[in-house]
Amino acid sequence: MSFAANHPRHRNDAKVMSRADLTARLVARLHHEEAVIGGIGYANFDLWGAGHRPQNFYMLGSMGLAVPIALGVAIAQPARRVVALEGDGSVLMQLGALATVAGLRPANLVIVIWDNGAYQITGGQPTAAAAAADLVAIARGAGIAQSAWAADESDFEEMIARALTEDGPWLIGCRIDAVKPVATTERDPARIRDRFMRGIAVGG
Amino acid sequence: MAEFDRDTGTAFWPHALYDLLRGAGVSQFAYVPDAGHKVLIDRSLADPDAQSIPLTTEEEGVALLAGADLGGARGVLLMQSSGVGNCINMLSLIAGGRFPFLTLVSMRGEFGEGNPWQFPMGQAVVPVLEAMGVICLRAEHPDEVIPTVSAALTMAFQSGQAVAVLLTQKLIGAKSF
Repeated sequence: MSFAANHPRHRNDAKVMSRADLTARLVARLHHEEAVIGGIGYANFDLWGAGHRPQNFYMLGSMGLAVPIALGVAIAQPARRVVALEGDGSVLMQLGALATVAGLRPANLVIVIWDNGAYQITGGQPTAAAAAADLVAIARGAGIAQSAWAADESDFEEMIARALTEDGPWLIGCRIDAVKPVATTERDPARIRDRFMRGIAVGG
Repeated sequence: MAEFDRDTGTAFWPHALYDLLRGAGVSQFAYVPDAGHKVLIDRSLADPDAQSIPLTTEEEGVALLAGADLGGARGVLLMQSSGVGNCINMLSLIAGGRFPFLTLVSMRGEFGEGNPWQFPMGQAVVPVLEAMGVICLRAEHPDEVIPTVSAALTMAFQSGQAVAVLLTQKLIGAKSF
């Protein structure tokens, strides 16, 4: 509970930050070929924009699958940290996946939620997170005890540093703004898969 | 050889099937429970070298198995025919990424089904899966299970195909509820 106690209690208490900036801060801390599974939409575009890594997998097809894909990688690669980046709309579509993660307790899994309260890529329509849903509270209720909102950029960096070294699973909620990414991810799924598998040296 | 254990009334093939899957390197067993998969689920829970992964909904399993492949592992999705409908859109990931994919589907809504609510999805399983690029193989008799799943394992993990083995109600018995 100490993890949660040192961070904003509610979504509305967290600072609204830049997704591109936070993504760059995250990527700058990856020094051990950590796997990153980007969720559909702008989460992936900013991940690509932060500089392509062979250990990035860009999920571009269906909402909500970054977390279960990352879980499969985390179970298959227990010695490697695996980070899932997912938007609030996508997490809302697969809330059950949080309970699945909580039940399996993968120590090497880190979930980062980019919450701007909007389906930004389709025109900014509000999500249930904008209305009332607190995804960190939902994650904690699902059983991921180490779930918390990042208060600001330095808090985010401290949380990432801890999540990359100490036993998880971890879930870090980030309020983000509505700025559009400057980059666009490449699209060929078979090529993305092949490059990722070569990037973590499991063939392809 | 007898097809059933005389003392417990349970079939032998599910145990041989578990051994076949493990022998083929399958280590992630993801499932939404169904009575037809009880032995496989119980064996995976008791197996220290396998991961037994209960899902909240079947489409999670499609993504999880893609993740398993990305991480260099092999998995299988165990579900009832009603769960096939939940997976449809997620199978785009399998087709687009040319992921190997193996699912064992315990059938409802077909041979001898006693619950009318099961028919629409049960009857739609094959056209829906085939429409999404999944090859369907049927096992209707205990003697067919091992050869059929052996073929599916080769097709999935050697040839990179998406394959469903339908464990039919002729095989597992029709339910009256």
